[in-house]
Amino acid sequence: MTVQPPIAMLAELTHRCPLACPYCSNPLALQGKDGELDTETWADVFRQAAALGVLQLHLSGGEPASRPDLVELTSKAREAGLYTNLITSGIGLTPKRIDALEQAGLDHIQLSLQGTTADLADWIGGYKGGFERKMLVAKDLKRRGIPLTLNAVMHRHNLDDLDRTIDMAVELGARRLEVACVQFHGWAVENRAMLLPTREQTETAKRIVAEASKRLRGILAFDFVPPDYYADYPKACMGGWGSAGLNVTPDGTVLPCHAAETIPHLKFENVKDRPLAEIWTDSAAFNAYRGTDWLPEPCQGCERKEIDFGGCRCQAMAIAGDASATDPVCGKSPDHSKVEAMLQQAMAAGETGFTYRRMPPRS
Amino acid sequence: MQLELADDDRPFLPRGVRVIEDRVRGGKVLLAPEKAIALDAIGDAILMRVTGQARFADIVADLAASYNAPKDQIAADVQRFMIGLRARMFLAVQP
Repeated sequence: MTVQPPIAMLAELTHRCPLACPYCSNPLALQGKDGELDTETWADVFRQAAALGVLQLHLSGGEPASRPDLVELTSKAREAGLYTNLITSGIGLTPKRIDALEQAGLDHIQLSLQGTTADLADWIGGYKGGFERKMLVAKDLKRRGIPLTLNAVMHRHNLDDLDRTIDMAVELGARRLEVACVQFHGWAVENRAMLLPTREQTETAKRIVAEASKRLRGILAFDFVPPDYYADYPKACMGGWGSAGLNVTPDGTVLPCHAAETIPHLKFENVKDRPLAEIWTDSAAFNAYRGTDWLPEPCQGCERKEIDFGGCRCQAMAIAGDASATDPVCGKSPDHSKVEAMLQQAMAAGETGFTYRRMPPRS
Repeated sequence: MQLELADDDRPFLPRGVRVIEDRVRGGKVLLAPEKAIALDAIGDAILMRVTGQARFADIVADLAASYNAPKDQIAADVQRFMIGLRARMFLAVQP
């Protein structure tokens, strides 16, 4: 099959982060500082990505501002011709550093929001004082006119504040609000029972987003990621495996999505060993679930196979125990009852407290 | 909010939105926060005329002359295109 070039690349510059969000999409086995790619290697990866067809670069982490060379990396990415988006908690962005990032040509900032009040946000983020500092950064970004998306990660403990979240996005001058309900990968799996929203919350959230996106048309654009365990059909993860995007981890491992390392039989290659274009086009991991030929039944005969490509491979792995199975979220999946059982268990579990994201102890 | 442009409105691409040449796939692409949209020839022709100085009516007149097409039809096409961009916050307007 013909392989289309990727449009977007997520560069996980580091796994280090001052926050400890219990739904972090990073893997449970976080990488330490010592293995991180250096400035020049990242710059080379950015040039390779642009030559391959990548247009959008997401500078992410961990907290990308934990990298002392963030400004230089941004400037290298712009020189390579990439649209640069910084995905940040705001912690570590001093006014001086924001000056330098603007100078470097940073295009856009996506600021995470853990909650609408200091009490709630600092509890969820596991970082006292984080909310207050974030709000100072947000006001500074507004004053400067830097294009801003607010990324509100939503779950059972903050979905009831959705109206206030939307108001805050408008007040902070964001152009876009991502209402991103937690996806159960990485650390979120450890906290599933604490994070899963109720069905009622899910229905209310859908209604609120639909109403607000009409009311705020031309003022705030919405991206809504609904809680997928309640959906009838699975999400089209990454728009199809190896189709539109790729992810590079702090040590240079190239993944089709941020959770792909949970699929144990796949071997992922590294930019230190092989050109990015070859990894994208030829590597076994990227070709494992590309296109639709590999799809099992009931996907193969399904009218939605070109819409959701069988759903999320990592979710199939996590719930059905088989990465090539139909995503169990789908109502047609033979494993769908497992999702329903998980929902029931989560609702019955009660408040156990969060397992926060943490780095492994230094050896 | 009313997204339709008046004749005297001057549309512009806000900070963080730009049109680039796609060196790999060919053609032009509108780059915006976390989005990339391939432009067809019509979209490209419209956005080429969005300077921040040109009024909506000027853009329509220029396109009608360039493509030898009726103004009313061009105005409706440009309006539809621009409303779509404004709803996604990819286009702003100064009176």
